[in-house]
Amino acid sequence: MSNVILEVTDLTTKYITRFREDVYAVDHVSLQVEEGKSLGIAGESGCGKSTLALSLMGYYFPPLHYTCGEIIIDGRNISGMDPDDVRKSILGTEISYIPQSAMNALNPTQKIIHFIEDVIQAHDPYQTKKEIYDLARGCFETLGLPAEVLQKYPVELSGGMKQRTVIAVSVILFPQVLIADEPSSALDVTTQKMVIKMLKNLMEEGFIKSMIFITHELPLLYNVTDDIMVMYAGQIVEKASAKEAVFDPLHPYSKGLMGSIIVPESGLRDVKLTAIAGVPPNLKDPPVGCRFAGRCKYVRAECLVTSVPLYDAGPGRAYRCILPEEILREAHKHDR
Amino acid sequence: MIDEKDSCLSGKDLTKVFGFGRQKTVAVDHVDFDFHEGEVISIVGQSGSGKTTLAKMLLGLIKPTEGEVYFQGKKRDISTQKKRKEYWKNIQAIFQDPYSSYNIFNKIDTVLLDCIHMRGGRKLPRAKKVELMVEACSFVNLKFEELTNKYPFELSGGQQQRLMIARIFLLKPKILLADEPTSMIDACSRATILDMLMQLRSDIGMTIIFITHDMGLAYYVSDTVYIMEGGKFVESGSADEVILHPKEAYTQRLISDVPKIYEEWDLSTV
Repeated sequence: MSNVILEVTDLTTKYITRFREDVYAVDHVSLQVEEGKSLGIAGESGCGKSTLALSLMGYYFPPLHYTCGEIIIDGRNISGMDPDDVRKSILGTEISYIPQSAMNALNPTQKIIHFIEDVIQAHDPYQTKKEIYDLARGCFETLGLPAEVLQKYPVELSGGMKQRTVIAVSVILFPQVLIADEPSSALDVTTQKMVIKMLKNLMEEGFIKSMIFITHELPLLYNVTDDIMVMYAGQIVEKASAKEAVFDPLHPYSKGLMGSIIVPESGLRDVKLTAIAGVPPNLKDPPVGCRFAGRCKYVRAECLVTSVPLYDAGPGRAYRCILPEEILREAHKHDR
Repeated sequence: MIDEKDSCLSGKDLTKVFGFGRQKTVAVDHVDFDFHEGEVISIVGQSGSGKTTLAKMLLGLIKPTEGEVYFQGKKRDISTQKKRKEYWKNIQAIFQDPYSSYNIFNKIDTVLLDCIHMRGGRKLPRAKKVELMVEACSFVNLKFEELTNKYPFELSGGQQQRLMIARIFLLKPKILLADEPTSMIDACSRATILDMLMQLRSDIGMTIIFITHDMGLAYYVSDTVYIMEGGKFVESGSADEVILHPKEAYTQRLISDVPKIYEEWDLSTV
């Protein structure tokens, strides 16, 4: 029985715009991450992936506001905590976050080692510079980064190196959960592979216990994570193991996402890329029924009026569609 | 080779050197190539392999240190501003970052009107111009009525990139140079953009040069693939040849680095 590190129940967060409108970017999301497992979150731009990542940290600042739900990390409920307490006692030690543009996350006027000193001293002001240097050096060397990087300024590093430095800094306090938000989207394939290898190493070396990986590149998710969660318009539309999500998707939206995969393998040219027509709904006033109804091929009259719950489909599997599994599978089969 | 009839754009001994002395960097190193009319060409390489420098030389934005570019069999002449503008009627580009590709002071109407004017439509009646703009916008699934009086930065990244394609639709150049047109866009909008470009290609028969680091994309769209490393073409040939049966070690490594779904992705080779 593996123990659950992060448990989120019915988390709802909203943005309040300057016109006092509520935008529910994360809407009743529940998820569990077990020790030694990684969870992938997929979805197109603007579906709430990054907002979910920010919400999971419990660190809210306007315009993002906490509405309801529970976040339990390692037996500790952090939902509704004061942001200052969260920053001091949760961020870095319990949850760590690699932002989307990690390349720009480093301070251009500081050497990497000074940046690390700031991070560590914020949590433990009594550590000496020598101790910190030794810790940082050990950490960098285990992760396969040369120790000279510590004495350099960010401008002296290449893109891939900066990205890996940011990853190393984010795990220096041994967090329980690491949230990686599109860590490789601006890198070329070889550098991307290095970054991914490093992320996978983190878990084996015992730096982190579990990982949440956010990206829109499905082939990448398939190779990195154990489970995949597909988000659409702030809601989870499908939860499955990586293999099931890629080869046997149930929800029409997940199926549409699979249609956008491009990999250099024979047979690709015979398949026509299928784009999902239309755009996601405006979350200022989301549709009453299924949120995907406007773009769905199999839309029915009742989709437009009743909201759809997450149906259970076997262990670790759930999807949000009123059609039964068999009908969906049959429909997808004729699709290609 | 260069005086072949269907040659559209070719280069001979094209070289670009930045800096001098000890700081010398050879970005593009004596490359020869010959792009034919109506072909889709991909230039694939890692960051820093000189892809963008080559693209800028083809566009005439920077001057080659050595070598010449030939356009339709004739030596390209862009010595004066007037000749350069004439050249740009034939070759147009889509850049990686749609957010910084537009003049922020120009409204979308102006952006599109400029294209019509560039094609010699300055004297057309206003109604005709609007008709052309509506046609271009509907080609890329944008609504012209919603765009009037807006600025490009009010659109999302995908919409801006589509507006870029609307420009190309109006300009109808002979060559389109697409420098990583989809790398800033999520995977779902990528398919839409690619489909539009391919549609455009069959409609007006232009040559498309894709510059990318995405092997999958190169394989999906192109007829000919050039692999670039350290400023040189290390391998070239048809897409099937280069990507499914690569000969050079470098190409093989690039392909093995792409995440796969139908076979094991080997992480140990980095």
